[in-house]
Amino acid sequence: MFQVRIHGRGGQGVVTAAELLSVAAFDDGLHAQAFPSFGSERTGAPVVAFCRIDEHAIRSREPVSIPDALIVQDPTLLHQVDVFGGLRPEGYVLINSGLSLGELGLGDWTAEFRSERLLTVAASEISRGHLGRPRPNAALLGGLAALTGIVSLEAIVRAIESRFAGKLADGNVAAARECHETVRAALEVFAGA
Amino acid sequence: MRPSARRSRCSPVLEQIEGSRAVAAAVARCRPEVIPAYPISPQTHIVEALSAMVKTGELAPCEYINVESEYAAMSVAIGASATGARAYTATASQGLLYMAEALYNASGLGLPIVMTVANRAIGAPINIWNDHSDSMSQRDCGWIQLYAESNQEAADMHLLAFRLAEELSLPVMVCMDGFILTHAFERLDCPTQEQADAFLPPYEPRQVLDPAEPVSIGAMVGPEAFTEVKYLAHLRQMQALEAIPELSAELATVLGREQGALLSSYRLDDADTVVVALGSVLGTIEDTVDSLRERGVAIGALGIKAFRPFPLEDVRAALGRATRVVVIEKALALGIGGILAQNVRNSLGSHSAVVHTVIAGLGGRPITERSLTTLFEEAVTGRLAPMTFLDLNSELVERELERAGARRRSGPHAENMLRDIGVVAAGPV
Repeated sequence: MFQVRIHGRGGQGVVTAAELLSVAAFDDGLHAQAFPSFGSERTGAPVVAFCRIDEHAIRSREPVSIPDALIVQDPTLLHQVDVFGGLRPEGYVLINSGLSLGELGLGDWTAEFRSERLLTVAASEISRGHLGRPRPNAALLGGLAALTGIVSLEAIVRAIESRFAGKLADGNVAAARECHETVRAALEVFAGA
Repeated sequence: MRPSARRSRCSPVLEQIEGSRAVAAAVARCRPEVIPAYPISPQTHIVEALSAMVKTGELAPCEYINVESEYAAMSVAIGASATGARAYTATASQGLLYMAEALYNASGLGLPIVMTVANRAIGAPINIWNDHSDSMSQRDCGWIQLYAESNQEAADMHLLAFRLAEELSLPVMVCMDGFILTHAFERLDCPTQEQADAFLPPYEPRQVLDPAEPVSIGAMVGPEAFTEVKYLAHLRQMQALEAIPELSAELATVLGREQGALLSSYRLDDADTVVVALGSVLGTIEDTVDSLRERGVAIGALGIKAFRPFPLEDVRAALGRATRVVVIEKALALGIGGILAQNVRNSLGSHSAVVHTVIAGLGGRPITERSLTTLFEEAVTGRLAPMTFLDLNSELVERELERAGARRRSGPHAENMLRDIGVVAAGPV
């Protein structure tokens, strides 16, 4: 079982991201379960959503407390909410930020984890370039596909296209592809280092 | 997980879909003719999807009626059903309470309305999250109550519910955990129109309000026959204990997948300890049972799918070998404790198993495998009290009791305790 937890704020498409990830995993022939943290949604309030992915039917219904991967859509949550709580030592982290982990004040924290699995990517900027506004959720899914390999980029693209139409679909697909490429390039740098 | 370990892409009938959307699709394929509804979380997505289907003509002929309250929703469903229309609605929490009087009328009049209850807690304190307080409060209102463990089951159960309701002339509630199921995206196989039509014939009412053949329904009945009317209502509800397994078997043939009937059994064969529960928590319980089984613990799980009527004899047979029964309940009967546990005890007769009541998951508190593991370990080693509250924060309770003991005007409990834990506005973040 591969468990993903997504942190963001109300209005940033956190729940949609978890749902799209589950649709992509399903498209890849896997079992997946996505669900929100069941809060009373308010714009700007911290929101959490979860996605479990497995080769077998998923029975558990509890929130993801020991994630294999984390997506942080809003870096202002880093020092406000325990976003890293329960992360496995071999876990993956993708933070939406143009700053490095060190610049975000996370330099010391990363020592316990595998550094090549912890990345930042400027997904808001990428999505702004394609959509005209910062909607990083779909872009980050492209990045997650590159970082973890848990789902294919093409499945993410099909999930986005099944959810959105027209320019919104095109922009989100382009953002997901660009984010995927950015993360892939960053991983190559790690591999070469 | 390596890509090579993956299965090929799924068959096209399977969908990755939100629970509410799947239920709406299944309900639509049952061809309801009147849907009066009032939105309340976490049921809203179901009726939203249905209203959209009526608007686009995908669901036709059907009248979707936006009513001003749940009381009106059930009253309109009663009127529609009494004129021979197939009627459906959905609600949750306070909404179910608000229609309580009409619920008794629907069952007392023998009207086969089907309603989804997206289970949610009841205030005060106000809480939008999941537990079973709502449907449990209406357990004796004369409706059949079915509880779904998964979204696949919830979707399929609606076909069963309409057929059962109409065969017995009784209303049926399909209870599914709010948010946990209603808002979860998972893989399922939605019944097709052909399958629904093969299983569910057009509604043939036993009684109908028709200006061409006038009758009155809902007469006043005095002491001379009231007992007999109620006796018959009980008898009719008990017929569901035979009808549910028969219809479930037929539905399984039509849909080509297994259907739960009155109960679901999980690794019960040689189990000394049996965990009993309703609804979606059974999934986490089954995972926990597997982990404990690997360590050699003889434990199993029994899911109650039909809570009303309560399958006393089937439960007794299923618990026949158990020495210890742990009942997990997402509702609390203040002043006595467990509701499901009382029903389970009724089923045991002379069987001497120890029954533990565990109140868990109230107001959306997650029920985790970690807590369940500790709980079941305590049970099998004889350390579990007759009644416990899973993951109770005793320190928080003690602090409030101290405060209440220290001075008369100690203020409201809920607000005091929220202040103690540093929460300004409720929400598990």
